[in-house]
Amino acid sequence: MCMYIMLLADQKRRNMRSFEGYARGDGKAGTRNYVLVVPSVGCSQGAAQTIARGIRGAVFLPNILGCGQIGEDRGLVKRTLVGFGMNPNIFSVLIVGNGCEQLSADELGKAIASTGKRVESVVIQDMGTKKAVSLGRRIVKEMCAHAAKLVREPIPVSELILGTECGGSDYTSGLASNPAVGVASDLLVAENGTVILSETPELIGAEHLVARRARTPEIAGQILKTVAWWERQSVAAGQNIREGNPSPGNIAGGLTTLEEKSLGCIYKGGTSSLEEVISYASSPTKKGLVYMDTPAHDIEQLTGMVAGGSQIVVFTTGRGTPIGSPIAPVIKITANRDTYRTMRENMDMDVSSILQGSEKVREAGNRIFQEIISVSSGKPVKAEKLGYRDFCMFTVNINI
Amino acid sequence: MGYRAIAINKKDNVATALTSLGKDTRISVEIHDRTETIKLLSDIPMGHKFALQDMEEGDPVIKYGEPIGQCTAKICSGEHVHVHNVISRPKEEKYEEF
Repeated sequence: MCMYIMLLADQKRRNMRSFEGYARGDGKAGTRNYVLVVPSVGCSQGAAQTIARGIRGAVFLPNILGCGQIGEDRGLVKRTLVGFGMNPNIFSVLIVGNGCEQLSADELGKAIASTGKRVESVVIQDMGTKKAVSLGRRIVKEMCAHAAKLVREPIPVSELILGTECGGSDYTSGLASNPAVGVASDLLVAENGTVILSETPELIGAEHLVARRARTPEIAGQILKTVAWWERQSVAAGQNIREGNPSPGNIAGGLTTLEEKSLGCIYKGGTSSLEEVISYASSPTKKGLVYMDTPAHDIEQLTGMVAGGSQIVVFTTGRGTPIGSPIAPVIKITANRDTYRTMRENMDMDVSSILQGSEKVREAGNRIFQEIISVSSGKPVKAEKLGYRDFCMFTVNINI
Repeated sequence: MGYRAIAINKKDNVATALTSLGKDTRISVEIHDRTETIKLLSDIPMGHKFALQDMEEGDPVIKYGEPIGQCTAKICSGEHVHVHNVISRPKEEKYEEF
């Protein structure tokens, strides 16, 4: 009888499409439960790394900026670091400052504490490295002990913000893995979840098609504006993406136009209408498919989406890539069978079956959606098992 | 059963060969819920596209459910679709509608 009720409850949960996550005080929910140790500046990086070392549940954020940024970079760096602290995968935060930096531990801490999370700081100039490390370790151990008491509970998948990314692409990406992820993106949007599409330089050539999918003319205009900015920057640096693309190699491989090449990348966001354009490392304010303006640089893009609140990321690749985020699981998906065989320790899913003709894109997409739920519920991904903790912020100007 | 070509979106009027296909081969392509059989009019290398229907000059070529370019000549069902009979629309024209 008891078993029967449990089965029923389980069934009900499945119908609602939930995952087992960590509920946070601000109403959000995490797929992981870390205590984050953030150096507010590169100068306190060493101390912060020592503080987090060997403490189960603690994660160190390898930030080397926080001082010397000018113009909009100051805001970008602050938004990125604060975004990591605010991410629902984080339980509590320790900020390690040096003391004289532009972005003080106090300023960062106040912004992160708006979530209701416990945020503490230690400042090296107040006490020297050894004392800061020993005090920091005491605080982090205590935070981790509290974090370990929190248990997972059923959370609707509508709470998920899924980051989508592709890198090390080959012909299998546009034909199979990206369309399959697109199916999973559509499934999450149908459940009232959020999907982030990004990497603006990859839009070039198909930006008018993306803009046409915008919910309003204003959103369409924002999309074209972000693409124009990247195009101006790259032309100023001597590179015109529109010329020479698709490359002779692309054409030999069967790609006919730049639209086709770009759509192969964009299709991982699915077919929903675009609800919003957000700047780098900003949080979506809408549900559904949102667009974040990021570089195509894999780690800068990943960092931006996680800072924007992504608790989980899907990453398609053809050639293979090992990267992972310090605080969010990144599911690696390839449709290249050779890559899957060679890099089995890095790849989470093989969807080469689509190209063998033995699985439909829709079926592979369903499989990816299931994997998103499993990983959100705690199943570790390969990048986590290997200890990948990649972090790189996008900035625009020189550092002075 | 294994398919040797793939159409990604139900609106697509081209399919992509998953393996190199010879002229006169009859290929089954699954398009959403229906399966169509196309007789190839030319050799199609792996990764290249062929038409799922007849198209006139100026018609859009649809892949991923979106226009990836327009035909520069009449293209028959089963014919190779590539740079020799398709061009990208110029940027200015693409932006006109916004």
